[in-house]
Amino acid sequence: MSNEKYTVAVIGGGVIGGMISRELTRYGIKAVILEKGNDVALGASKANSGIVHGGYDPEPNTLKAKLNALGVEKLFKAASELNVPIKRNGSLVCAFSEEEKAHLDLLYKRGLENGITALEIIDGDKARELEENLSESVVAALWVKNAGIVCPYELTVASIGNAMDNGAELITDFEVVAINKKDAFEILSADGKTVLADYVINCAGTYSGKIASLVGDNSIEIIPRAGEYLLLDKAEGMRVKHTIFQVPTKDGKGILVSPTVDGNLLTGPTASVVASPANKETTADGMNKVNTLALKSVPTVNFRNVITSFTGVRASNKGGDFVIGESAACKNFINVAAIDSPGLTCCVSIAEYVMDILKGVGLKLELSNDFNGKRNDPHFFRKMNDEEKNEFIKSNPTYGRIVCRCEGISEGEMRYAVKTNPPASDLDGVKRRTRAGMGRCQGGFCSPTVMKLIAEERGIGKEQVTKNGGGSYIVTEKL
Amino acid sequence: MERNLTCILCPRGCTLNVTVDGDNVFVTGNSCPRGRYYGEEEVIAPKRTVTSIVRVSNREDTMVSVKTETPVAKSDIFTVMEAIRKASVTAPVKVGDVILTDVCGSNIIATKNID
Amino acid sequence: MENHDIVIIGGGPAGMAAAVAAFDSGIKDVVIIDREKEVGGILRQCIHNGFGLHKLGKELTGPEYANHYKLEVEKRGITVYADTTVLSVTPDKVVTATNTSGILKLQAKAVILAMGCRERSRGALNIPGTRPSGVFSAGCAQKLINCEGYSVGKRVVILGSGDIGLIMARRMSLEGAKVEAVCEIMPYSGGLTRNIVQCLEDYGIPLYLSTTVAEIHGNERLTGVTIAEVDERRQVKPETKRYIPCDTLLLSVGLIPENELTIGAGIGMDPITGGAVVDENRMTDVSGIFACGNVLQVHDLVDYVSDEAEIAGKGAANYVKGLGKADNRVKAVAGNGVRYVLPQRVNTRGGDTDIFLRVTAPFGKVKFTVKSGDTVIATAIKLRATPGEMEKITLKADKLRTVDGDIRVDLEEM
Repeated sequence: MSNEKYTVAVIGGGVIGGMISRELTRYGIKAVILEKGNDVALGASKANSGIVHGGYDPEPNTLKAKLNALGVEKLFKAASELNVPIKRNGSLVCAFSEEEKAHLDLLYKRGLENGITALEIIDGDKARELEENLSESVVAALWVKNAGIVCPYELTVASIGNAMDNGAELITDFEVVAINKKDAFEILSADGKTVLADYVINCAGTYSGKIASLVGDNSIEIIPRAGEYLLLDKAEGMRVKHTIFQVPTKDGKGILVSPTVDGNLLTGPTASVVASPANKETTADGMNKVNTLALKSVPTVNFRNVITSFTGVRASNKGGDFVIGESAACKNFINVAAIDSPGLTCCVSIAEYVMDILKGVGLKLELSNDFNGKRNDPHFFRKMNDEEKNEFIKSNPTYGRIVCRCEGISEGEMRYAVKTNPPASDLDGVKRRTRAGMGRCQGGFCSPTVMKLIAEERGIGKEQVTKNGGGSYIVTEKL
Repeated sequence: MERNLTCILCPRGCTLNVTVDGDNVFVTGNSCPRGRYYGEEEVIAPKRTVTSIVRVSNREDTMVSVKTETPVAKSDIFTVMEAIRKASVTAPVKVGDVILTDVCGSNIIATKNID
Repeated sequence: MENHDIVIIGGGPAGMAAAVAAFDSGIKDVVIIDREKEVGGILRQCIHNGFGLHKLGKELTGPEYANHYKLEVEKRGITVYADTTVLSVTPDKVVTATNTSGILKLQAKAVILAMGCRERSRGALNIPGTRPSGVFSAGCAQKLINCEGYSVGKRVVILGSGDIGLIMARRMSLEGAKVEAVCEIMPYSGGLTRNIVQCLEDYGIPLYLSTTVAEIHGNERLTGVTIAEVDERRQVKPETKRYIPCDTLLLSVGLIPENELTIGAGIGMDPITGGAVVDENRMTDVSGIFACGNVLQVHDLVDYVSDEAEIAGKGAANYVKGLGKADNRVKAVAGNGVRYVLPQRVNTRGGDTDIFLRVTAPFGKVKFTVKSGDTVIATAIKLRATPGEMEKITLKADKLRTVDGDIRVDLEEM
């Protein structure tokens, strides 16, 4: 970090901050991403359903409706440029009663109003034709053909990596505690660092209200809403092909059952307002609820094959719509707040919308010739056939040594993750980038070796290697 | 003095009642003669094999596993550990190599090869 | 493509004993593939003693037991591909593996699966709470301490009283940590009595039965756990919740045979053992593919792993030699009080055959009866039977010859 001034400072290294930074570098804008944590994708971008929503759900004429309709295809395009796995598996919103079926008609009409045409209402038998494991109690379903699945943290890592490859800077462990508006913004971190920028984009997720208040804007009130998930072994990944939703009822939005792009099965989320975004506990009640309600849709899911549970905290608000625009309280300070579902689906359309806002407030945007929107595929190795692998290993021997046996990840792939933008610095960082430790044994076998690789690549002792930054050390000292 | 013990010599796990009266030791509850000897020794002079690790100074993050060549008095376990903790060796090490001599009456020997 | 008579996947105690037995049965072209740089498997980190009493007649530590077999392997000049991971096995016995020189393909006449097992993780237990560092599977902590020489924590709670949990309670105590408690969700310990005495009682570590970890606390490193008693349905009794500050939680909550390669080869599995269905030679339902050791069933003593591996090694050698064509097999099934039996198929035209089994719950004196229809083939009386200790019943060859239907093993309390 230097004393030079950035044109734009993006606060928050989530998927929204990532895609906005990538757009900024498309125009050659000197941008910096300020992230409170020691890695990117640590908030809602790490722990959500990973669904590309079709766009039938938002109330018509809202920002959510508009950006969702625009966002689906833009996301598919960006994901393919960034080499992030994305799949159009379609979704089924299931009704379990005549009353719920009536609600499907409502969703269908709303979808048409939002400009979504890839919708069809089908009866229970047709739904079971599409999904053989679907419950006999499903009487009808809304088939959303344009919907898909994507890995949210991988998308975040890729967007920020691509922005960095195109000149953006990432500063981690930068917790913004004060913002002074002089000629430019002077942004101060908790540990005394300063960054200067002409424009600030606030996409701090569940903390965006707090960040806005630093420039005197108290209009944003974020309600942190926790959702618990259970992730199941790849042995369960084939239970369903589509993402299975339940019709929202007065008791809640229902629990989804979905394959993931990596072949696991994801179930969840619950929805409960929590006191603080830091409340990421899972609870016995929450896990029971996910289990019970998921079985309502797909009775054959075997919950003995759960490999992990986690909680994500979404940045909801009272109004229910995204809050995107220049702050009324502070010029050149753009809020991109209250980005809850379908925020992931909208990450690219939001980023482009923000570019329009920046133009509107006077930032000159001209396409840069140097921008390369393609990102090298970090998973190039696993996509090779045996002959190609054999050749590649001859010149890159560490790719021949499997470290994570459950997911089949080699030493070479792990070292690559510690060296590539944005570099992984801890066990969870390597896990999110390579899937090492994400399989059945949950790192029981490979974590000592992953620790060693991180220590070597970063030139630190094993005692300094953490699980996820801060005081999350793994070993205390040499015996 | 009277003590109840679980015999560990076989999976049966008999509950032994051991009474010490001067020089005489009485064991009841055992199902076999070995149980009686175990009960006697466990009350009069319990012994344990201590196993631990010693750092190999010329190899990165490498430990050689070690053990007491013969069992030591149970009361000496932590004294033995203290001696082992202070020790270090240089590779190569062979199974059976003596790492420390006469620690509470036993040698400490290597149980692993380090090339 | 390399061609070999027998390819063994895994160079732990099972793989090494199988290799030696196959070699000694006359098949000299045997290859062991192991993912670690050195053979020995998990024994390399099991530095405690207690191995080998049954099999070798002396009490050894894990590394010494491994070394014994390593020397036997070396003595016979058996090839070991170390630092090499097997990626797949096909039903026609093509083994694909990878190491730092490339991708290897080996065509075998027989394959012996000896990949061992893995530990059940926190995720599989659904323990509520946060996800801090400091929660280790017991084996992971064991590796960090015993092989790499790092301390993992100072104040410890252990969930699960299986042998690894008990051994680690002692190990952590010896290295100066305070082990606050060992919690066991079942009303009895799954560990050997010997380990309860020498690992817990010797160090004054309390064992709480019918107790589990109900919550995990801490945002960065673990700061504590809430433990609680459970009812008969293993549900937490909320009124018994109690907080214990600690920086380390070790999980020793069960071992799972690691059968991804087995399933990939289309081999039939036993849902109870978590391993393949095998016959008395430890051959699976895919001709020429054998399994032994903890990949087949989780054993309590490594000595029994070696025994089982010798059966598989010999069986594989005989298969390569083309023996055993006249066999006639029947199913062996678990009856009352018996959780599983192994092998699941038995040759009625072979020699004396040992049936291994585990009981469903702790019992006092019991009688096992092995029957085919109404015909009693064998009986055995045991003074004590617990799920943690494998039982063995020998079926005599002459009795087996009279059998013409499935065999069933029942337990009767006496």
